[in-house]
Amino acid sequence: MKFNPPSPRDTQQIAGHISSWLGTHTFHHSQFADVRQLVDAKQRQQLSISLCIPTLNEEKTIGKEIVVFKGELMKRHPLLDEIAVIDSGSTDKTREVAAAFGADVYLSSEILPEMGEKRGKGENLWKAIHQLKGDLIVYIDADITNIHPRFVYGLLGPLLLRPEIQYVKAFYDRPLVMSPGVRTAGGGRVTEILVRPLFSLFFPELTALIQPLSGEYAVRRTLLETLPFPIGYGVETSHLIDVYQRWGLDAIGQTDLDQRVHRNQPTADLGKMAFGIQRAFLARLKSLGIVKSLPELSTILRQFQSRDGRYEELEHTIREEERPPMIEVPAYRKKHGLPLK
Amino acid sequence: MQTPEQSQGRATVEQLLHALPDRIQAAEALREQLLANLVLVGEIPAPTFHEAARVETLLMRWSESGLQNCSRDAMGNGVGLLPGSEGRRNILIVTHADSAFDDTVDHAIAMQPDRIAGVGVAENALALATLATLPALLDHLQVRLKANLVFLAAGRCVGRGNLEGLRHFLANNALPLHHGICLEGTPLGRLSYQSIGMRRGEIHCRVPAEYDWTRFGASGAVLAINQVISRIAAIPLPRRPAASIVLGSLEAGHTYDHVATQAVMRFELLSESSALVQQISAQFADIVAEVGAQSGAHLDLDIFAQREPGGVAIGHPLVRVGRQIVEALGVPLRITPDTAELSALIDRKIPALTIGLTTGHAVDDEHEQVQIRPLYQGLAQLVTLLQAMDGGLCDEV
Repeated sequence: MKFNPPSPRDTQQIAGHISSWLGTHTFHHSQFADVRQLVDAKQRQQLSISLCIPTLNEEKTIGKEIVVFKGELMKRHPLLDEIAVIDSGSTDKTREVAAAFGADVYLSSEILPEMGEKRGKGENLWKAIHQLKGDLIVYIDADITNIHPRFVYGLLGPLLLRPEIQYVKAFYDRPLVMSPGVRTAGGGRVTEILVRPLFSLFFPELTALIQPLSGEYAVRRTLLETLPFPIGYGVETSHLIDVYQRWGLDAIGQTDLDQRVHRNQPTADLGKMAFGIQRAFLARLKSLGIVKSLPELSTILRQFQSRDGRYEELEHTIREEERPPMIEVPAYRKKHGLPLK
Repeated sequence: MQTPEQSQGRATVEQLLHALPDRIQAAEALREQLLANLVLVGEIPAPTFHEAARVETLLMRWSESGLQNCSRDAMGNGVGLLPGSEGRRNILIVTHADSAFDDTVDHAIAMQPDRIAGVGVAENALALATLATLPALLDHLQVRLKANLVFLAAGRCVGRGNLEGLRHFLANNALPLHHGICLEGTPLGRLSYQSIGMRRGEIHCRVPAEYDWTRFGASGAVLAINQVISRIAAIPLPRRPAASIVLGSLEAGHTYDHVATQAVMRFELLSESSALVQQISAQFADIVAEVGAQSGAHLDLDIFAQREPGGVAIGHPLVRVGRQIVEALGVPLRITPDTAELSALIDRKIPALTIGLTTGHAVDDEHEQVQIRPLYQGLAQLVTLLQAMDGGLCDEV
């Protein structure tokens, strides 16, 4: 049965649903710290689990991530069946370091070569669906310096213990001990300035996601293979809209993973991200029929810098290309024994 | 003719040494678990007196590994017991849980295929990670000791901690300890079986804010402490018994353009002779009093840690076996005295050794690094030494 989202005007209904959803679908990683319980649930449901780490020049942090996940969640507790690095063509030693610590390392361009090669993190995530074996796939960014097993078990917990949940997002930096008083729980700059206002306008229930742009999430393959994949900055936003439109907010969960320490991005880079997200967002509005037509959108972001007392323009070409749902790719259907369309 | 060990069905030293290559290989199989423990333990800051979070992590590891009586005592020590098949003897394996770095220092650990870098990885997160992984390693090797193995992550050891946690444990522990192993991250090949006399302290210098430099002919705390250093440098040290004065760190002032009103110098006095350490301490006190009187600065001598010389002889079977293991590993033997945990065990007449686990550099620095590959030798050394202790090969006849 298709999910019928409430109209943005139904503010009372939306507020009520968000409130109940926050109570039932928002978790803290400590709820899943008993990894043996998760392993039992995995084995009972006869599931396999893959971890995908998309990389581009991450030699400084990738080794530690693999060691921690492999040591804790493969060797100590058999929660993960596969740890794979999908690399976009790093020019440093990322692939060498990852392989030295026992990860399966793939060059994105060598997966589904007949589909060509596109640049972008979303491309790696999409190709991982074909390359990896798991029924559940966890995506973790490679630039986390305070890596801990909670980043994985915190996201897998809801999928393993709550069968109705399909897609689990991470959020960060909320105190574990709840003290009296009010504290703003927020995302990053792009979330608060761009994405949450857009969600408020068009998909108000999705505002309940504390950090919709976080790069860490866990998804059931059965859902993942049906999602189209923008390969650039818009992948996370588009996923949430697609999952929400088809299955509703109750198919989504979110887990507080406490602190995440990573590189801070310069404001100019956030501008590029915001540009890409808006292109993907507008494309979704059009494909869902929420807006009837759009003019042809520019692919050029213009930014400015001053040099020697003069201002000069910088042009960045940002395309938000989109890969089709993996279930539509012939090689994938063949690999999984599905009839070719 | 059979050796006593052979006649009693026990492994001989030669048999244990023969098994070293297999032990090294087996240790490599636990690489990820050990290194994951290193990250999970080592990234928790644990300045002395604030090591509880690190100790709790270890206790959880031990508890999950089946150790018994895992608990934290009043001094912050984490203790666990791996029961032996017979349990008639007890071996203590200990390292300090605290570190010299406070929690404002970035404790992130970086890992490359051949090495690990980060604050405190050698001193002393690697030893703690080894304690966390040892139950799994013994299990993997199918080594079941007859003796109980007491795991101790000792709190309040470093600096002003002055081994307070370990001493508290030894004073209150109900199990008689027959042998001890003190673990250090580096260097592999290190063998310490004796403690030397030591005094550790600080000299504080303060001048009043309204200090009149024209009246005294000196310019604040820096010059006053400099006078102290000059006088210390002139103390004659005999060749025998050997003695050393270590001036470890010096801090003074804050800016370019203001006379420093405070200075602190940290030092250690070391000697094979307890009397000589005492004598030099007295000279320090005289110097501090005299420079204070002459300069008008307020000088304080604060000696807050001391060790007495002691330990087993180099011919003791424990040391002999320890040397044989290091030599069989083919790494350079580094016999050095110890003023850390070993000295507390020596005070209690417990035969013990301090060993290192791998090679490294910039130890005690914010750029510490340890090598991964030699670590497997270090782990093999540890297991072999435990088996030798367990088999009675380290007992004094």
